[in-house]
Amino acid sequence: MTETIMQQCAGAPQDMPVRRGAARRQLVRRGAVVAGILALVTAAPFLPLDPLHLNPAARGLGPSLAAPFGTDLLGRDVLARTLTALAVSAQVGLAAAAISTLIAVTLALAATFSRLAERAVGVLTELALGLPHFVLVLMVAYAAGGGMSGVILGVALTHWPRLCRVLRHEAQTVAAADYVRISRALGRSRFWVARYHLAPHLLPQVVVGFVLIFPHAILHEAGLSFIGLGIEPHLPSIGVMLADSLRGLMAGHWWVAVFPGLGLVFLALSFEVFGESLRRAADPVDGGA
Amino acid sequence: MKGWLVPLLYDRAVRLLWLVPLASVGLFTLVSLAPIDPVQAYVGARVALVGPEQREAIAAVWGLDAPAHERFLVWAGNALSGDLGDSITFNAPVTQVIADRFPASLTLVGAAFLFSFAAGTALGLIAAATRGRWPDRIIRGVAVVLAASPGFWIALLLIAIFAVGLGLLPACCAAPPGLTAAEVGLADRLQHLVLPVVAVSVVGISPLILHTRQRLVAFLDSPAGSHLAAHGAGRVWLAFGPGLRHALGPALTVHLAGAGELFGGSVLAETVFAWPGLGQATVQAALGADAPLLMGIALATLLFVFIGNLLADVAARVLDPRLRPEARHD
Repeated sequence: MTETIMQQCAGAPQDMPVRRGAARRQLVRRGAVVAGILALVTAAPFLPLDPLHLNPAARGLGPSLAAPFGTDLLGRDVLARTLTALAVSAQVGLAAAAISTLIAVTLALAATFSRLAERAVGVLTELALGLPHFVLVLMVAYAAGGGMSGVILGVALTHWPRLCRVLRHEAQTVAAADYVRISRALGRSRFWVARYHLAPHLLPQVVVGFVLIFPHAILHEAGLSFIGLGIEPHLPSIGVMLADSLRGLMAGHWWVAVFPGLGLVFLALSFEVFGESLRRAADPVDGGA
Repeated sequence: MKGWLVPLLYDRAVRLLWLVPLASVGLFTLVSLAPIDPVQAYVGARVALVGPEQREAIAAVWGLDAPAHERFLVWAGNALSGDLGDSITFNAPVTQVIADRFPASLTLVGAAFLFSFAAGTALGLIAAATRGRWPDRIIRGVAVVLAASPGFWIALLLIAIFAVGLGLLPACCAAPPGLTAAEVGLADRLQHLVLPVVAVSVVGISPLILHTRQRLVAFLDSPAGSHLAAHGAGRVWLAFGPGLRHALGPALTVHLAGAGELFGGSVLAETVFAWPGLGQATVQAALGADAPLLMGIALATLLFVFIGNLLADVAARVLDPRLRPEARHD
């Protein structure tokens, strides 16, 4: 059931055909945004931002020219904190998405070894999907003792099932295709088939899967940090900032909640739409670039 | 009894029989791996008042001095007789904590389920009926942005706008403070329910919008749709008349299968609104190193997701007879 729904939502041809050139330009544009974000993340430690600087004279000020995002109740600059926090989010998201992708690929490969391995991977997937996503993330983060590594582990160990399913489905379809059977019958080795028939199909899926795991990863990271089981409170992170914002909100300081959240949504959205463009570009049936 | 229902239920009962024990082992492993010392979490600020002997006594009462696999066997034996142990943070049996808090969570998640179903389907239908024009663009844009927004941030925004800014709705709890359960009227309860329900609904709404839109677009492009349109049927009538029948079944299936995620979202929403449900208890249990309660809640949510998926499977087959023969080898 899930498989068909996913295909309807994701794999079905778009009802409004986008011209090839337009789709390619869109992909490049979205890719440029993502590249810009990654550049900012890399540069963040070297920027003249001090997210921890306390300015008792400027506590709880609204947005102004000096502090475009305002200041929080301790007089810290919300813009500096948001940018630093987004860099932390992106690092955690990239690490978690990379590990998750690795797990998905490993398990999808392992499932091809024997009937038993296939069963085991199926059971493992079933187990991971048996709990609400965030509850499982929370349990793993708890098991790892919270903190930065807890968040990365919690997110990484819980986001692989969807990609793993896609990869297994794709691998099964390709392996059953006539040209693969003919290759085998002509005496090509398993390795040759994997290298020249399977890999070209699976590699784009892996890249797309990685990009699409990222937004989920950073949203769950923020959730964990928000409840106090994530990134240590002394580091600026969007979740911690939003948890701190409750007190300011009650005093009418909307900027302490609005801007960090908007930053997070922008980060998640950029990767989401970039991944979507990539997916369509990688899907020959779907037209795309 | 229908011919396809019995095999389906049998299949799912068998699945439950291996899913629950395996999940218990997995969850128990996770919980015992945690480096947080439950005794330390329990003692907390009274650290100076509690000596090593008392710590050992506390650990012995909770059975923490035995190795993990022995503790699991004891836990599993008790669990089979309906005893999930005692919660550390609430100082009460886990089953009782869950039973006490489940109604509040069910109200919240149930109301969010209905609200997001109605809103998501309606928006999806409108988007498809106005395909390519501005209502469609706006709705699709909103759906995509909502999919990338953390639910708890939406909750904070709702508080900022409706509770602090406009002062229309309460920002906290399930009832006004300082009243006993009998004194709280229905109007009060409903008023406190609005913001949390909207916040939780956000999680489930965007897949539903996009899915319903996709379905209806397929119907409008089908021969049946073209036929009706050729007879002069308006787009809006097509969407909410025959189109609704086409889109409703799959929409319900998608939504039921995603019901577990609504619960996941309620963990954060309950924390923001101090809603006295299971989600809030989950967070308190995790922060208080309350392993028995975490285990209990995780297993309860496992059943919740399982029931949601089962209902989705049943609904899909009731609404679409073509799916029924597949019930045997799913």
